[in-house]
Amino acid sequence: MPQLFRPSANSISRISIFGAVFIIASAIFLVIAFQRSSYITKAYVEVEQPVQFSHKHHVGDDGIDCRYCHTAVEVSSSAGMPSTQTCMNCHSQIWADSPYLEPVRESWRTGRPIEWNRVHDLPDYVYFNHSIHVNKGIGCSTCHGRVDLMPTVWQVASLQMEWCLQCHRAPEKFVRPRDQIFNMEWQPGPDQERLGRELVKAYEIKSPAILTSCSTCHR
Amino acid sequence: MAREATPQELVQIRPRLSTLLHKAQQEQGRRFWRSLEELCETPEFIEYLQREFPHGASEWHDPVGRRRFLKLMGASLALAGLSGCVYQPQEKIVPYIRQPEEIVPGKPLFFATAMPFAGEAIGLLVRSNEGRPTKIEGNPQHPGSLGATDLWAQASILQLYDPDRSRTLLYLGDISSWSAFLGAVRTAMVNQGGKQGAGLRLLTETVISPTLADQIKALLQKYPAAKWHQYEPVTRDNVRLGAQMAFGQPVNAIYRFDQAARVVALDADFLFRGPGHLRYARDFANRRRVVADQKDMNRLYVAESSPTVTGSIADHRLPVKPSEIEALARAIAAGVGVGNVAAPTGEALAKYGSWIDAVVRDLDQHRGASIVVVGDEQPPVVHALGHAINAALGNVGRTVFYTDPVEANPVVQTESLRELVADMEAGRVEMLVILGGNPVYTAPADIPFRTALERVPLRIHLGLYRDETADLCHWHVPEAHYLESWSDARAYDGTVSIVQPLIAPLYQGKTAHEILAVLNDQPDRTSYDVVREYWQRQAGAADFERWWRRALHDGVVPDTAFTARTLSARTDFAAAPPTSTSAQGLEIVFRPDPSIYDGRFANLGWLQELPKPLTKLTWDNVIYLSPRTAERLGLDRVVGSRGGEVWSEIVELRFEGRTVRGPAYLVPGHPDDCVTVFMGYGRERAGRVGNKIGYNASAIRTTGAMWAGAGAELRRTGEAYQLASTQLHFLMEGRDLVRATILEEYMRNPEVVHERGHEPPEDLSLYPQYQYDGYRWAMAIDVSACIGCNACVVACQAENNIPVVGKEQVARSREMHWLRVDTYYEGDPENPTAYFQPIPCQQCEKAPCEVVCPVNATVHSAEGLNDMVYNRCVGTRYCSNNCPYKVRRFNYLLYQDWETPTYKMMRNPEVTIRSRGVMEKCTYCVQRIQAAKIEAEKDGRRVRDGEVLTACQAVCPTEAIVFGDLNDPNSRVAKLKAEKRNFSLLGELNTRPRTSYLAALRNPNPELKGA
Repeated sequence: MPQLFRPSANSISRISIFGAVFIIASAIFLVIAFQRSSYITKAYVEVEQPVQFSHKHHVGDDGIDCRYCHTAVEVSSSAGMPSTQTCMNCHSQIWADSPYLEPVRESWRTGRPIEWNRVHDLPDYVYFNHSIHVNKGIGCSTCHGRVDLMPTVWQVASLQMEWCLQCHRAPEKFVRPRDQIFNMEWQPGPDQERLGRELVKAYEIKSPAILTSCSTCHR
Repeated sequence: MAREATPQELVQIRPRLSTLLHKAQQEQGRRFWRSLEELCETPEFIEYLQREFPHGASEWHDPVGRRRFLKLMGASLALAGLSGCVYQPQEKIVPYIRQPEEIVPGKPLFFATAMPFAGEAIGLLVRSNEGRPTKIEGNPQHPGSLGATDLWAQASILQLYDPDRSRTLLYLGDISSWSAFLGAVRTAMVNQGGKQGAGLRLLTETVISPTLADQIKALLQKYPAAKWHQYEPVTRDNVRLGAQMAFGQPVNAIYRFDQAARVVALDADFLFRGPGHLRYARDFANRRRVVADQKDMNRLYVAESSPTVTGSIADHRLPVKPSEIEALARAIAAGVGVGNVAAPTGEALAKYGSWIDAVVRDLDQHRGASIVVVGDEQPPVVHALGHAINAALGNVGRTVFYTDPVEANPVVQTESLRELVADMEAGRVEMLVILGGNPVYTAPADIPFRTALERVPLRIHLGLYRDETADLCHWHVPEAHYLESWSDARAYDGTVSIVQPLIAPLYQGKTAHEILAVLNDQPDRTSYDVVREYWQRQAGAADFERWWRRALHDGVVPDTAFTARTLSARTDFAAAPPTSTSAQGLEIVFRPDPSIYDGRFANLGWLQELPKPLTKLTWDNVIYLSPRTAERLGLDRVVGSRGGEVWSEIVELRFEGRTVRGPAYLVPGHPDDCVTVFMGYGRERAGRVGNKIGYNASAIRTTGAMWAGAGAELRRTGEAYQLASTQLHFLMEGRDLVRATILEEYMRNPEVVHERGHEPPEDLSLYPQYQYDGYRWAMAIDVSACIGCNACVVACQAENNIPVVGKEQVARSREMHWLRVDTYYEGDPENPTAYFQPIPCQQCEKAPCEVVCPVNATVHSAEGLNDMVYNRCVGTRYCSNNCPYKVRRFNYLLYQDWETPTYKMMRNPEVTIRSRGVMEKCTYCVQRIQAAKIEAEKDGRRVRDGEVLTACQAVCPTEAIVFGDLNDPNSRVAKLKAEKRNFSLLGELNTRPRTSYLAALRNPNPELKGA
């Protein structure tokens, strides 16, 4: 009786078995990669705003402190968005006729607030609190990146839970001295590990067990 | 939901109950029981108990067939899969134009105000999130609240956001405008001006606002022939008449329960409702709490004609017919030495002889340290007797104080309404202004208010809802809710609180002050102007602005509490022969509903679904009767197999020629030959939630029998009716879960509490021990102090965004309350002792729920909480199955209302809104814990004891619930847990619950053993 399969069938079967494994593995990989891609997380996606407000200009060039506009960041869960009045404090005097600022002036005239587009949008079952992070040595740029270099703000982090947990599991890698919180240029130095551990102790940052308890962020 | 009854269905518990009733007392095998079914061990009950889930809990009962359902599911799954691939919608951030000074986004503000309700003001602190009132708390500085609130105050926030509230001004049912209304009123008032207001009538509820009273006075000065009438269905007429009888003038009585070692309540539910009830409950519980340094306990005797929460926690409770209360009061009065009391006649009292003797002796030994308190509903002579007894015992000036009346103009309201109706019928009324209230629905049946109203040429109604009265009026003006109004109101002791708004009126509502201003020809004056101007006159302060801000901030106006007056009670009324006690036939008792009161809260789902104290019924009113009377009449009830359905027979109740039909309900401890009916149901125009449920008790209530009467007849109809009761939900298989003992026994042997249970050693577990370095949150609940008032359940619902599920779902055991109050009975079904045990999540250290979750959606936190992670939950329900305490609640359907815009404003933004298919449970108010921890950590300190109050703890009038950190040995919770009374629920399972209970203690009179 002749052979049903020729010798080449061996290679074909090996290749197809390997191929199946490879295809499944790459499909899983693709799903995971897609899940983390900025298509899903919206990281690095610029969000257009009703006013062409440039953080680069205001923070980077003019050196305005974050808290001039985001007033509640040290005391509340929300960092706070500036009221139209905050804009008009300066812009009733300077650039008072700029066409870029027409939406601001219109808001001031009509009493209708400016509707900004949210850039950092956490799911509704996550309860993030700015004030405790800022008070415990987590600087703005750690999560928001170099906002002072962004003409239009984008998100630099994935804002997914694994990203949050990097820090909640090991805060010493990210914590900085309190006087550097609003310093956009601060970078962890080579001795961050030593400094971080000291700061965690000094600021009484809770143990990772507490920081990673579900109810710390989910209620 | 009525259907024909089959004979088998209506004879389930009766034979067994009969044997029990006729057995020698105290011979029952069971010590504690939760329902008559359990006591009787009916076959249905045993089957129910042994089923893992109630029958049909997981079945499909929708008219849509199963196949069609699967088809739809398949299609929606495919579509959901597609729609899942789109981006989240872009969220907007909308900042202010000008940032208000005090608002920090994300930080709630609290404002002091007061809720005027049932003849008193309850002082409140209301939480406001970005300008939206979201939660009501008590004002600790207010004498009538001391930080506590009741279920009605808690639920009033839902009333503010009720989408069925009246939204527009109506003229003849059509939308009209305020200016049109002003025009109409002006014309009418000009007309009235000519005849000194002879055709003008004003009908209000009990007015406790000094400003409103002042405005009405001004109106009556301007129109001297006009008349002001007051009527409220839960009227305190008898209290006024009783005071008149005893003192010859209207007087307000205030009790100091913290000074009283012995309390006798004659059909008085003073812990649950009525002016001062929150303060009274606090004082009473403080005098009763047996802890390390206090071993003294007061003693409460209650004689009552319908089971109440006050009666349930009494040391001695005596069920009596309403007609017997007067005789009882006379016997006690004669016993304690009130002069020339006409002795009660009849043999009725003979059976209570030993009870009366013991009470009299006990009162005699506690002269000056006792209180006899009479229920608002009792006839005037009982009130007068109560005053005389307190005077004879030397209690006046020590535990009982008399002051000026709280209401601005005390009148006998039924007379007032009768007079008004007579005038209306005679055509003397040309213009009737109804400010609040719903007299068309609430008027007694023998006052033809409805027909008389139609003869009035101009009828104006101000109300929160377009209700039965609004429908019959020409003009209907939407009323501003008290959280939208400026006003003022007096507390039970006269203390004035300024009512300040938390939000601008949602629907252009107007206040009574504004209507009065219109009538007084000052249409531009807002209620703010009116109230402020009145107090500017009253305060006489040099710096009024400062005075005003202080009063608003504190929530109380300084020095406005009435001073005690010295009065001596007359006793000449007592010589008059007693009212005959030989009442024939069935007696009838009228009571406001324990949840929806007189019907004003009928449209509030939170209250409709709130299991009523003792019966745990929801969404209905029933006719209470005693097991023995039911036996005599051949009535019965049967528990359905779905868990919460109770089938009861509809009876026809005939009283003074009028009838109502409602389901009869057997209530242990109800006096025999007597029925209780509840007001507030049978509404026609309450709103979507409250329409057409239950029967309307006002239909048989007459001025002659506002609260009780004799000669009722009850007729069976053979129709069965389905009720939804939670009493049988989440049973724990007959274990003695509540522990109780008597003071004497406890003093002799404090270990008695632990003899019944056994708690395994701490290291007996396969699971590793957790280390708790930071906080160790825990709760201690004093079963002794809990009065079962249900305020905690509503507070929890408000704080944690808990949905309402509806009667049909409750009948299936699917109610969502995170906290339930279990009622346990002990002893004789004819007069059992009742215990209330609130059961939130026990937050076990070795939690059975945690280990069975396949997706880690319920996990242990480093502080010992069983965290529930909604976003991980896939709805396997394994956790609920494995929970021995049955505290987990599953969203079988989409119960939460995601659409109604006003509800979105109401919800607590700090708590996730749960969707369908998600398990949820008590979190120990983790949002409050986190908020306090964040504040403490920012200050570099630990959370202080008492800084975190859970919603249930904050609201509790008796401070029965205490929450705190067990790692702090000085915290209140740690101290309570060190008490010998402390026990764990089902401790033998080694779940090591963080919530523990303090055993109930009663302090019975040794003379009355076994009685």
